Amino acid sequence: MAKNDVKLLGVWASPFVMRARISLNIKSVNYEFLEETVGSKSELLLQSNPVHKKVPVLIHGDKPICESLVIVQYIDEVWTSGPSILSTDHYDRAIQRFWAAYLDDKWFPAMRRIRGAQGEERQELVDQVVEGLALLEEAFGKYSKGKAFFGGDQIGFIDIAFGSLLGWLRVTEKLGEVKLLDEAKTPGLVKWAESFCADAAVKSVMPETEKLIEFSKLLMAKMKGAPPPKN
Amino acid sequence: MAEVKLHGRWYSPFPYRVIWALKLKGISYEYIEEDLSNKSPLLLQYNPVHKKIPVLVHSGKPICESMIIIEYIEEKWPQTPLLPSDPYERAKARFWVKFVEEKAPAFWSLYRSTGEEQKKALKDSSETLKIVEEQGLGEKKFFGGDSIGIVDIAFGAIAHWFGVFEEIVEVKVLEAHAFPRLHAWKVNFEEVPVIKENLPDRDKMLDHFKKRRIESLSASQ
Repeated sequence: MAKNDVKLLGVWASPFVMRARISLNIKSVNYEFLEETVGSKSELLLQSNPVHKKVPVLIHGDKPICESLVIVQYIDEVWTSGPSILSTDHYDRAIQRFWAAYLDDKWFPAMRRIRGAQGEERQELVDQVVEGLALLEEAFGKYSKGKAFFGGDQIGFIDIAFGSLLGWLRVTEKLGEVKLLDEAKTPGLVKWAESFCADAAVKSVMPETEKLIEFSKLLMAKMKGAPPPKN
Repeated sequence: MAEVKLHGRWYSPFPYRVIWALKLKGISYEYIEEDLSNKSPLLLQYNPVHKKIPVLVHSGKPICESMIIIEYIEEKWPQTPLLPSDPYERAKARFWVKFVEEKAPAFWSLYRSTGEEQKKALKDSSETLKIVEEQGLGEKKFFGGDSIGIVDIAFGAIAHWFGVFEEIVEVKVLEAHAFPRLHAWKVNFEEVPVIKENLPDRDKMLDHFKKRRIESLSASQ
């Protein structure tokens, strides 16, 4: 497929954009990455995602697809010659969708709020995130069946949904001065995180933690002034 | 035929989505009413993460989250498809399912709030209706085209319960003159036999949510 048939609108720091990139990499799809400028939105973005005006947007031919997990499923359904991202078993697919939804609806929103929170509220959020990691550790044990990933030998839907959030997890730990992913409590996940970040489909698109930290500091500073650019 | 069980609660919109999907596909199932103030050990076992209904149990295996259950049902029983077969059309349908789910809290909060909070709920739900009407539904009869699909089911539950809340707080938002196409859609949706025959008793609903509104408001004082 010609490269310019597949475009991805995104920003380097966004975990949601990363999900799309990892998925395209897994399927060996050539695509053009169109980086949005933080703080402004291109005409193409506004046209292709008029409802949310957010990245990622996958543009296949002239068709825009929005919402990271919707994009991942689209990629899985269209490029069938590559490895499967979702399981072929219907029940396992439901489980994978369940955990991805849990991460997006409960876990990540709690984690992002840690740095801006104080006192009791902050502790509650930390507790929620740590409890969530315990649940994910259990799920990992169950679904990996001794292999490296939630998807088994290869990265799958849960790996992509969760692994893409690791960068921001590390930023929260560093800047929030809190330990979340603990080898003593969740050894499986710690090992999984290493394997995930080392994977060929992930390596080239996982931002360096130091860069994310700088970016995060910039965002926090802006928040004290103007509203932050939304990812 | 492997057994299908659905754990639900009669006044919650979420199990109805699943009921509609099962009925549209002609799948027999056993319905189990859960008492949410006294959750059964079975529910806690099936849904340890959220401890919520609905839970679909197929051959002893639990599936949670109404829209995830529906995707499972769709894949397991492909007759009377609720999702298009084209990947791009499927992506659009999933986009709208996610959108209405994210915006649903404003609709639920209508019966729980007063004053400023209620004004905000009205404003937010109105804005959502506009986007859904103009960009989601467009000129189609149903979100699924000529027949109902996954988006109709997802939003239909929200819209129906919203109608009950509008009646309780005596404010109409989803009105024909403000949202002509969406209003027509709701009327058509609720005329579909499977939907019409599978809605909770309206008087019971009004009674239940009126009580809950009183409880909600006195709790927040």
